[in-house]
Amino acid sequence: MIPELGEFALILALGFSLILAVIPLYGAASLNSLWMEYARPLAKAQFTFMLISFICLGYAFAVDDFSVQYVANHSNSQLPMQFKLSAIWGGHEGSLLLWAFILSGWTLAVSLFSRDLPLDMLARVLGVMGIIATGFISFLLWTSSPFLRYLPRFPADGADLNPLLQDFGLIVHPPMLYMGYVGFSVAFSFAIAALLSGRLDAAWARWSRPWTNIAWAFLGAGITLGSWWAYYELGWGGWWFWDPVENASLMPWLVGTALLHSLAVTEKRGVFKSWTLLLAIFAFSLSLLGTFLVRSGVLTSVHAFASDPERGFFILVLLLLTIGGSLTLYAFKAPSVKSESSFGWLSREMLLLINNVFLVVMAVTVLLGTLYPLLIDALGGGKISVGPPYFNALFVPIMSLLALSMGVSGASRWRQTTVVGMKQQLLMPAIISVVVGVIFPFTYGDGFNFRVFLGITISTWVIATALQEFKGKFRNADSMMTKLGQLSPSYYGMVLAHIGVAVTAIGITLVSVYSEERDMRMALGDKVELAGYQFEFKGAKRVKGANFTADEGTIVVTLDGESVVTLHPQKRHYNVKRSMMTEASIDAGLFRDLYLAMGEPLGDDGAWAVRVHYKPYVRWLWLGGLLMSLGGILTVFDKRYRRKSTNEVAHA
Amino acid sequence: MPRVLLFIPLVLFITLSFFLWKGLSIDPRALPSALIDKPFPDFKVEALLQPERFLTKADIVGRPVLVNVWATWCPSCRQEHEQLLRMAQESKIKIIGLNYKDERQAATQWLQQLGNPYAFNIYDEAGMLGLDLGVYGAPETYLLDAQGVVRHRHIGVITEQTWLDIQLLIESLGVNK
Repeated sequence: MIPELGEFALILALGFSLILAVIPLYGAASLNSLWMEYARPLAKAQFTFMLISFICLGYAFAVDDFSVQYVANHSNSQLPMQFKLSAIWGGHEGSLLLWAFILSGWTLAVSLFSRDLPLDMLARVLGVMGIIATGFISFLLWTSSPFLRYLPRFPADGADLNPLLQDFGLIVHPPMLYMGYVGFSVAFSFAIAALLSGRLDAAWARWSRPWTNIAWAFLGAGITLGSWWAYYELGWGGWWFWDPVENASLMPWLVGTALLHSLAVTEKRGVFKSWTLLLAIFAFSLSLLGTFLVRSGVLTSVHAFASDPERGFFILVLLLLTIGGSLTLYAFKAPSVKSESSFGWLSREMLLLINNVFLVVMAVTVLLGTLYPLLIDALGGGKISVGPPYFNALFVPIMSLLALSMGVSGASRWRQTTVVGMKQQLLMPAIISVVVGVIFPFTYGDGFNFRVFLGITISTWVIATALQEFKGKFRNADSMMTKLGQLSPSYYGMVLAHIGVAVTAIGITLVSVYSEERDMRMALGDKVELAGYQFEFKGAKRVKGANFTADEGTIVVTLDGESVVTLHPQKRHYNVKRSMMTEASIDAGLFRDLYLAMGEPLGDDGAWAVRVHYKPYVRWLWLGGLLMSLGGILTVFDKRYRRKSTNEVAHA
Repeated sequence: MPRVLLFIPLVLFITLSFFLWKGLSIDPRALPSALIDKPFPDFKVEALLQPERFLTKADIVGRPVLVNVWATWCPSCRQEHEQLLRMAQESKIKIIGLNYKDERQAATQWLQQLGNPYAFNIYDEAGMLGLDLGVYGAPETYLLDAQGVVRHRHIGVITEQTWLDIQLLIESLGVNK
């Protein structure tokens, strides 16, 4: 009964989103304010029924209703409750429901927090979101309903959730990531609304910015969590694999980064309008493309959902309609959007444009690497694969150039900058960063290393230029404290995010160059030394979890005779799926992780293959990701987003 | 800006969708039909651990074998490795490694550290044999009969379940376990 209720609520939600897609947009086109007024209540109704539908699926998981196919395939009566509930998004159907649910949540949020928005703008934005929701809820109902039953006979127990997913990571990573993916639909809808109305002024940019920044922050946090999850869950200490699905989340993030900078220029200077619109369309299009790649089965990936050409075809049609439609609209309407001012060759506008181009080139690089195997195959060139070497070879230089110009643009001014002024600002940071970059590999490592030099230099450069600019703010300030209070949350957010980039770059550089690992056969009492730490194996014993049994090793770690930590890596055997899992045990630290994983039992004397990793600064790469996201969230608290916007509209 | 330039994104997108549409009709896990029940391609490639030795097709015919495509850059291969070691222990069938687009030093180190389930390894540095074979990525595993004819292809990690399936196929080819 409850699953049918969920399906029914989904059908009602589809009805409301369909009306939302038609009535307010038609009202905006015909200047009928009564019809436009319908947008808000429709958004609420749509959200309500999506919520009911979502709760129904959650309920089916909670009470182990194995007559529901999706529940039977992704849960088990022995699964701990928190995983039963997060198993809602453990497979294709449920994660798509989460996608649509989050979309309705964003729609509701826009309707609640946009009181200052002119009615026609609101109607258009919500209408466009209604169109997207209509597409995705239809996709759910027609090809991927999570509420289908096994009737009359159903399994006594479920097939269990993939053991890889039975982890805290599953609880937080997908919702966070989807908040980001789907959040770009708001920026997209604002862009389409601007194209439809032909109005794209500073006020428009001001409305879009907080939505874009927060979606970007969620996406970044989602990617960061995913990387951290892969690191500790897969059992061999890797944190990024250039897997198609990872790439699918990285591309919208890169374009989103370009978008939020371009929006800043559009708001402050009234230029780059057409480019901003294009980026807003691209950011969401890449989110959709990611959805297509993951769910259609055109690419093989460790994340692969059940591949199904019918589903792929459905999403492709959705892609064609949304992206194709919006790009057509763009091609016809973009000329009506005019720049309001001009800028010189050496100006902050120009430097931000260059940064934008770097970011887009990076996104295109990832896109090509991800799709190249598919293109070659479609052209009849056979099956090929592009490995991490391709991505690393292209990413490192572009990333370095980007970091370089990040620092330069911080020192520049709007409209026109003089070379002399920039030199003054940049000389000190340049000297500091090169010196630090040269010294670091000698003091930390055991000699010069070009990769370390490059990574540390550009990271120091980014931090030093950000601080230099921060210092510049106080040049004419009366008192330090008043000025600190005067600077806007947006400004602090920007500084924080830029420092985050540097922190991530430091983490990537050092963990790539200075990681040490060793695979050892260890019997009771065996010792191994790695990076100065002593690891002593104290044997393994059998332990039992809720739905698995495990061999748990005990390894005592000491540093110069002093006890550091005792680690317990596990080799788990999941009963229902009959699969083995390596559960690494990690002693995390700001400057290094000690990472232990159990391999195979060797012989009868209780010896095990044990993998010992020493990972310096690995936390920094996630810490930086969190700083970037935190920076993005901070910008949203800026006062000017809450100011009444009526006077803005008047002057624009 | 000339108006026609504004259509570039649209044109690019339509081109891309065409390929995506073509991609839908291609199953990335399917063997290119050309190689089903066809002989394994001829090759002359260095051995991984003995660079001075050249391996040819003669080295792999004569008995049914599994050819496992792997590389150190492939995370799934790492995941699969333990299963391969188990298989090498419990079955008589030879597993031949096809080290694909890899670095010799890294691959050698990998085998030293994680154990070596392979009878020998073909060092396909440039990926040319992989291309002839239609390798999509790593890991992949091919079952060859005694005449060197490809009988089965598995894309992705070998699990306990797929190993059971492969064992059935091996038995049907007439090798004793």
